Amino acid sequence: MISLRRAAPQLIALAVILFLNWLAFPGFFNIRIQDGRLFGSVVDVFNRGAPVMILAIGMTMVIASRGVDLSVGAVMAMAGATAATMTVAGYPLVAVLAAALVVGLLCGLLNGILVAFLDLQPIVATLILMVAGRGIAQLVTEGFIVTFNEPGLIFFGTGSFLGIPMPVVIAAVLGVLAILLVRRTALGLLIEAVGVNRSASTYAGLNSRVLLLFVYTFSGFCAALAGIIATADIRGADANNAGLWLELDAILAVVIGGTSLLGGRFSILMSMLGAIIIQAMNTGILLSGFPPEYNLIVKAAVIIMILLAQSLSLAGAGAFFRPGAKAKPQEPLRSSDPSANKAQNPA
Amino acid sequence: MSTGEALVSAEKIIKSFLGLRVLDGVDFSVRPGEIHALLGENGAGKSTLIKILTGVHQPDGGTIRLRGTPVTVRDTGHAQELGVGTVYQEVNLLPNLSVAENLFIGRQPMRWGLVHRSEMEKRAKALLAQYDIDIDVSADLGRFSVAVQQLVAIARAVDLSGSVLILDEPTASLDRAEVETLFAILRRLRDRGMGIVFITHFLDQVYALCDRITVLRNGKLVGTREAAELPQVELVSMMLGRALAEATHGAEAERRSAPPSSGKRIEFSHYGRARSVAPFDLSIGAGEVVGVAGLLGSGRTETARLLFGLDAPDSGSLTIDGKPAKVLSPRAAVQLGFALCPEDRKTDGIVGDLSVRENIALALQARRGWLRRMPSREQAELADRFVKALDIRTSDIEKPVKFLSGGNQQKVVLARWLATNPRLLILDEPTRGIDVGAHAEIIALINRLCEEGLSLVVISSEIEEITAYSTRIRILRDREHRGELTGAEISPDNIMRAIAAQASASNEGASA
Amino acid sequence: MRHFTRLLLGVAAGTLMAGAASAADLTVGFSQIGSESGWRAAETSVTKQEAEKRKVDLKFADAQQKQENQIKALRGFIAQGVDAIFIAPVVETGWDTVLQEAKDAEIPVILLDRGVKASPDLYMTVVASDQVHEGKVAGDWLVKDVGDKTCNVVELQGTTGSSPAINRKKGFEDAIASHANIKITRSQTGDFTRAKGKEVMEGFLKAENGGKNICALYAHNDDMAVGAIQAIKEAGLKPGTDIKVVSIDAVPDIFQAMAAGEANATVELTPNMAGPAFDALEKFKADGTLPPKQIITESKLYTQADDPMKVYEEKKGLGY
Repeated sequence: MISLRRAAPQLIALAVILFLNWLAFPGFFNIRIQDGRLFGSVVDVFNRGAPVMILAIGMTMVIASRGVDLSVGAVMAMAGATAATMTVAGYPLVAVLAAALVVGLLCGLLNGILVAFLDLQPIVATLILMVAGRGIAQLVTEGFIVTFNEPGLIFFGTGSFLGIPMPVVIAAVLGVLAILLVRRTALGLLIEAVGVNRSASTYAGLNSRVLLLFVYTFSGFCAALAGIIATADIRGADANNAGLWLELDAILAVVIGGTSLLGGRFSILMSMLGAIIIQAMNTGILLSGFPPEYNLIVKAAVIIMILLAQSLSLAGAGAFFRPGAKAKPQEPLRSSDPSANKAQNPA
Repeated sequence: MSTGEALVSAEKIIKSFLGLRVLDGVDFSVRPGEIHALLGENGAGKSTLIKILTGVHQPDGGTIRLRGTPVTVRDTGHAQELGVGTVYQEVNLLPNLSVAENLFIGRQPMRWGLVHRSEMEKRAKALLAQYDIDIDVSADLGRFSVAVQQLVAIARAVDLSGSVLILDEPTASLDRAEVETLFAILRRLRDRGMGIVFITHFLDQVYALCDRITVLRNGKLVGTREAAELPQVELVSMMLGRALAEATHGAEAERRSAPPSSGKRIEFSHYGRARSVAPFDLSIGAGEVVGVAGLLGSGRTETARLLFGLDAPDSGSLTIDGKPAKVLSPRAAVQLGFALCPEDRKTDGIVGDLSVRENIALALQARRGWLRRMPSREQAELADRFVKALDIRTSDIEKPVKFLSGGNQQKVVLARWLATNPRLLILDEPTRGIDVGAHAEIIALINRLCEEGLSLVVISSEIEEITAYSTRIRILRDREHRGELTGAEISPDNIMRAIAAQASASNEGASA
Repeated sequence: MRHFTRLLLGVAAGTLMAGAASAADLTVGFSQIGSESGWRAAETSVTKQEAEKRKVDLKFADAQQKQENQIKALRGFIAQGVDAIFIAPVVETGWDTVLQEAKDAEIPVILLDRGVKASPDLYMTVVASDQVHEGKVAGDWLVKDVGDKTCNVVELQGTTGSSPAINRKKGFEDAIASHANIKITRSQTGDFTRAKGKEVMEGFLKAENGGKNICALYAHNDDMAVGAIQAIKEAGLKPGTDIKVVSIDAVPDIFQAMAAGEANATVELTPNMAGPAFDALEKFKADGTLPPKQIITESKLYTQADDPMKVYEEKKGLGY
């Protein structure tokens, strides 16, 4: 479904970042087995990138529907707080996981109702939970970091399956399931249609409201899953900091992946790639030994370059699909043709 | 009346997009004191030519002259400075600002560093008075009808530019009376010495208004002629590059005499909704075409919305083949085999970023449900079939539908519904904003569809058109169904008379 | 100064008018920032405990991280005519007006934990820790612990640009400055959070030959150290032995780690800011003694030798 050509800017960006990481730290690609678990910087990239990857899966669909979900970071904190406090209170693992996921689903459902049925603008609707959610998480944890030592829950953060860290396994499985869900059913097409033109989709007999309800609920579910992983990873629920600002990383991952904030065409796989790019950059900065004051500047510069490359490549890609372009390769590729507008959308 | 040096002229204009040549050596000029029609089928290059004249695009070759002097038009702002203003079909003003603000945005009269509101409104009032418009200039523009918005846009463009005014399909969403007002204003501007470029699909309007006619086809200039010396038949053949199809006339007589099918029927009885349409009865048999005629605002579109479940009725009932049914959402309507091609193709019809294939498959997919995905191959077969059947012109079915011309977009929406094999198809202004060729094809298609046993409700303000294909004609006035013409009663004159029976009363409704 | 004399006289007069007022009838308003961290929650509960112990009527107001709430709370306290106001200010600026109002009402104000940018006449004293000193205590411990051996230290900084991050870094650097055998090889921000502490430590471990080149970790707070300890364990090393861990704050979780031998030392940022504040206030009420403009709390060092489990249990009760 995604041609290699379309993914070229992102893949090149990733390759360049990995190369720079390798220059900064020659041991970057070294991998060994530590306690039956893969261990190395590349593994870190995937492992640390997993929560944002998971958020990006849900966020991709929300953005494709021409929405945005600002609440995912706060939902992570709520789900984490729920999992940690219930674990400390002695509930069995299954109940803990179920409760945390239900928290996420309910949050998503609330967002969905606000957007689909009360017609609130998504940015406003989800802002409510973004602000209130962290407060609720703090109420749950009563203001302190709830630390636990339950191996079952910890497994989701630091365990491994066939040597692969659990967060990566979970992100990969969820990614595959989500892609199957949207591309093996008609869900993907219907979400894209609603995102491009909700009115026309309603005229065509689509149940736009239910579709919107679904994407927000699914995003809430993804956020809860990411929250469980983040909490399990540090063996504690930190209501103040868990998932803080991650909604922005997730949105950025989706944008880097090439899904327009104006809705429509989306690719879950590309968004996950976007999350990896962001994390490869973060890990690279940590390894480089730059003074931390430069972290954000470096990050911003790299992102601008990726988006610029993406925009230029999209403007060029339009030529490929047009008749006559191949016959006259000497024609300039960039022009003010409408297809170039597409490239400006993510910016 | 239209002699002397050209106000603005384009010579040997060449423009390509990504290797596709869309303008190929086109000449065009506007003289002072003339209204110049720019005609051509969709995709002929009209819009591109206009965009080059107004600096949106830069030409790859050729010269633009302003009163004889070669100029480079940098952008639309520069074009305005040079005296060339444009008003588009979709009014590009800001509906949430006041009329006065729209007129003076970017050049508001200032006092003490603040906008001098009363002065601005005084000037706005004076400006609009020139056009015989007397409205509350402090009210939001969006509150007024499209016609008023259009006139405001024209007033602004003339005030800003003053020598050349380009109008891109200004009459597309106006009713007859509004068109007359607009024409009167345009004639007055012409007599003041302005050059006006008029793009339209309505040939009668061309002859009513224009002095000269330029026809483009496939990016090439076909010719520029004095309107008075160009017979309509010849104009159409210039546009189409072939003689006018006879499709519309063959079935006409037959259709009129066709007895209403006595078989399966869809019956709406006492169907209505407060503040939308007064309760009405409507019974449609298979193979029937019910034309709906009425002025803008008479309840035509509201009737369509009600029939298709976009608005829920607050009275009445529906039976299909004698069995009761309910249509409370478009989804439910689609399940029952209803289909609606909406009036506003861009906002309610096409899904612009999706491909032709996906747009055609959309309604059928929605009816099947999200779990039963149509495989891409099946979608492609479906799309190929309809692209061929409806002669949809697109380089391939994976092209985003927004890149197609208006007529082809309309056909895509039609294909979307035909793909669902509907039993009732509602067409709201199916030929609006479509070029002559596509227009004839769509009418031919309507005839063919009802021969195949489909029930059709066609809403159209083109009276000749609905006369041609309707079995019955429903007359709407003041949001009420006022009567029906059948058989031999159906004629443009009778329709006009029926609509005009209380036209003075309905005019108010129309402009509300 | 003249103002303050007037205030002093006024307070003295007020006390006289109240008759034989003893410390037992003191009413103190306390405007707390919120409960954004465990330490903050502990500060609140210790303040309440201290007030109870001293039979002070404490009026508590939670500002939920908003200055306007704190200003409202202060005006409320002034209107109620409390005997003194304690405030942990959420930001440094914008206090002049409300402090002046308190002064006009002759109510002494004591700042807890953080200072403000306002004329020192407007408050009685600031009770706070010395962040530079905290860093120095941590550094001194490491200097003593490693002796003459070479030691490469990795540092987890607090939020970039925040004053504790700047000061705790400076104090630690001062302590190791004259010891050439100890040097900081890597320093990154961990944003004071456990998750970032773990992530950054993972990077350090990879970059420093799987952690073999790291002798010690200095974290600007315990939360980051707790996260880093997990990273060290996952890298197959023993925190506390292979890599020494020293941090600041003394929150309960670090004592658990110390008890397990996974952390070596922590410097206490005492949540008991109110104790010294009440002492100063009582002394002032008793005989008019003015406290110094700044009261520095003790930066106590805890190591594995200090029965960490016992401390853990004590601290746990404070609502960390």
